Amino acid sequence: MSAPSSGGASRDGYGQALLNIADDPRVVVIEADLGKSTKSCLFREKYPDRTVSLGIAEQNMVLVAAGLASCGKVPFASTFAIFTERAFEQVRNGLARPGLVAHICGSHGGIHTGTDGSSAQSIEDLAVYRTIPNMTVIHPSDDLSATELTEQLLDYHESSYTRTARNKTPRIYTENSVKSLRIGKGSILSEGEDVAIIAIGVMVHKAQQAAENLRKEGINATVIDMHTIKPIDTELLDELAKKVQGIVTVEDHSIIGGLGSAVSEYLSENEPTRVVKIGVNDRFGESGGSEELLELVGLTIESIESAVRSIVKL
Amino acid sequence: MEASNPSIESLEQTAIECRKSIIQMIHKAGAGHPGGSLSAIDILVALYGTQLNFDVSDRKSPTRDRFIMSKGHASPAVYSILHQHGFLQQSDLDGFRTLGSVCQGHVDMKWTNGVDFSAGSLGMGLSFGIGTALAARLDNHPYQTWVMLGDGETQEGQIWEAMMAANYHELNNLHVIVDRNRIQNDDFVNVQMEVGDLASKIKSFGWEVKEIDGHNMQEIVEALQWSINSTSPSAIVAHTVKGKGVSFMEDNPSFHGKAPNDSELEQALEELS
Repeated sequence: MSAPSSGGASRDGYGQALLNIADDPRVVVIEADLGKSTKSCLFREKYPDRTVSLGIAEQNMVLVAAGLASCGKVPFASTFAIFTERAFEQVRNGLARPGLVAHICGSHGGIHTGTDGSSAQSIEDLAVYRTIPNMTVIHPSDDLSATELTEQLLDYHESSYTRTARNKTPRIYTENSVKSLRIGKGSILSEGEDVAIIAIGVMVHKAQQAAENLRKEGINATVIDMHTIKPIDTELLDELAKKVQGIVTVEDHSIIGGLGSAVSEYLSENEPTRVVKIGVNDRFGESGGSEELLELVGLTIESIESAVRSIVKL
Repeated sequence: MEASNPSIESLEQTAIECRKSIIQMIHKAGAGHPGGSLSAIDILVALYGTQLNFDVSDRKSPTRDRFIMSKGHASPAVYSILHQHGFLQQSDLDGFRTLGSVCQGHVDMKWTNGVDFSAGSLGMGLSFGIGTALAARLDNHPYQTWVMLGDGETQEGQIWEAMMAANYHELNNLHVIVDRNRIQNDDFVNVQMEVGDLASKIKSFGWEVKEIDGHNMQEIVEALQWSINSTSPSAIVAHTVKGKGVSFMEDNPSFHGKAPNDSELEQALEELS
């Protein structure tokens, strides 16, 4: 087992959460070889009797989780985000359709995954799971929020997909502030009247930095960590749409079907508002450093700033 | 209900009643899968009659035995045996495949009392059974998990992921029955994708395996008991005839998923009486 990172990567937060909820005997952790990567290895080390290794076999893993769930267990199954997608139909037909409750975690989400290259950089996971009824879709922005939100899944009413990130990013929350997070409620990080920047995952910190820079130009932005993509916080979207001139969504995910789509789908029908989507523009990644790759696909502080400027009339 | 010891003759009589229900259900719905229901029904009658522990008045009892019909299109077979054991009423069977009916096209735990798995997509049931068998072990419950697979279904890779996992986790409370009726949707199995010697293949994954005539009630009853006594995960490869009991459906790929018309219904019921 590799040493746990000293805070920052959301996958570490997931591993910590499993330890924090381990006292509940319903918790069963399921692995498909990548426990060292998803950080479920932390649970395995302490609770081997409640850890089920299934080898490199994701389709089997999802239905084993469903079977355990049907007997009252609360299974937490994890692998790379991209490999959960191999079992998409199993999640759809075997887990969500009968209304069973198990929690899938896909680590290494997004281009930010880095040097492993495009095969490991899931940029469509949030989109595909968002289409399944009875599924909640979560993408925390740091390790502390990953821990908090995963702990809240213990008594949650439906199956979920949580995407975590491989690499560390600066913490968004403190040990105290993170306690106010709730699944399904967007988190307001700063308030401004001109524009709203709604971000997820590793892009939340960049959204905060962009907002800071823009403030110096006299543009005041609200920054939201929309850690729950489904169900999306429509109450918050209504409020924002009434207040600001437009919205910029920011995600390390395809612009098709993810956060930007979820926000646009809701607002176009309910509170028509200009939405500019920043995300991976319908392309695959490649090998490279995390920051290099984000720059390559246009996921930068500068691109957030220019999207905001394109909306705001001073 | 504690498993009882009905006579072979009474089991055979129940199987005839179930076959009639199957044909009538599918005829009334105008759709469904008679072939694989008729090939599986003798096994289900024996399983429910002699092995499964369940309580109709406590259908969700955590200690009940689980039966997972992985080849979920054989739903009429499941509904007919659930009807025989008091889980479903005749009116439920009459609603098969209609809007709002508890008898969905493919077996579905969300809709039907007594059904433990939502099937319809092949290849998933054995994995689910591993989950229920692991849960039994974690909770120190003695209940058993039985999974019925189709032979065409074993073309799915997930079946072999699960075969490997069941042996690795030493799940001797998990029992598989393969309905080896040699026909799948489009044609004979050996035309579509020959699955070969399934008994040897499963054995090579570390399972105990027994081959039987899936229409010989005595053999079925004995094989189920053999499986209970096994010390490893165990599989019964039951050689069956698709459409068994209705002459024009027997071994006939066109009745995999086709309803009988009025005159075919009449002939089928005559043959079964």
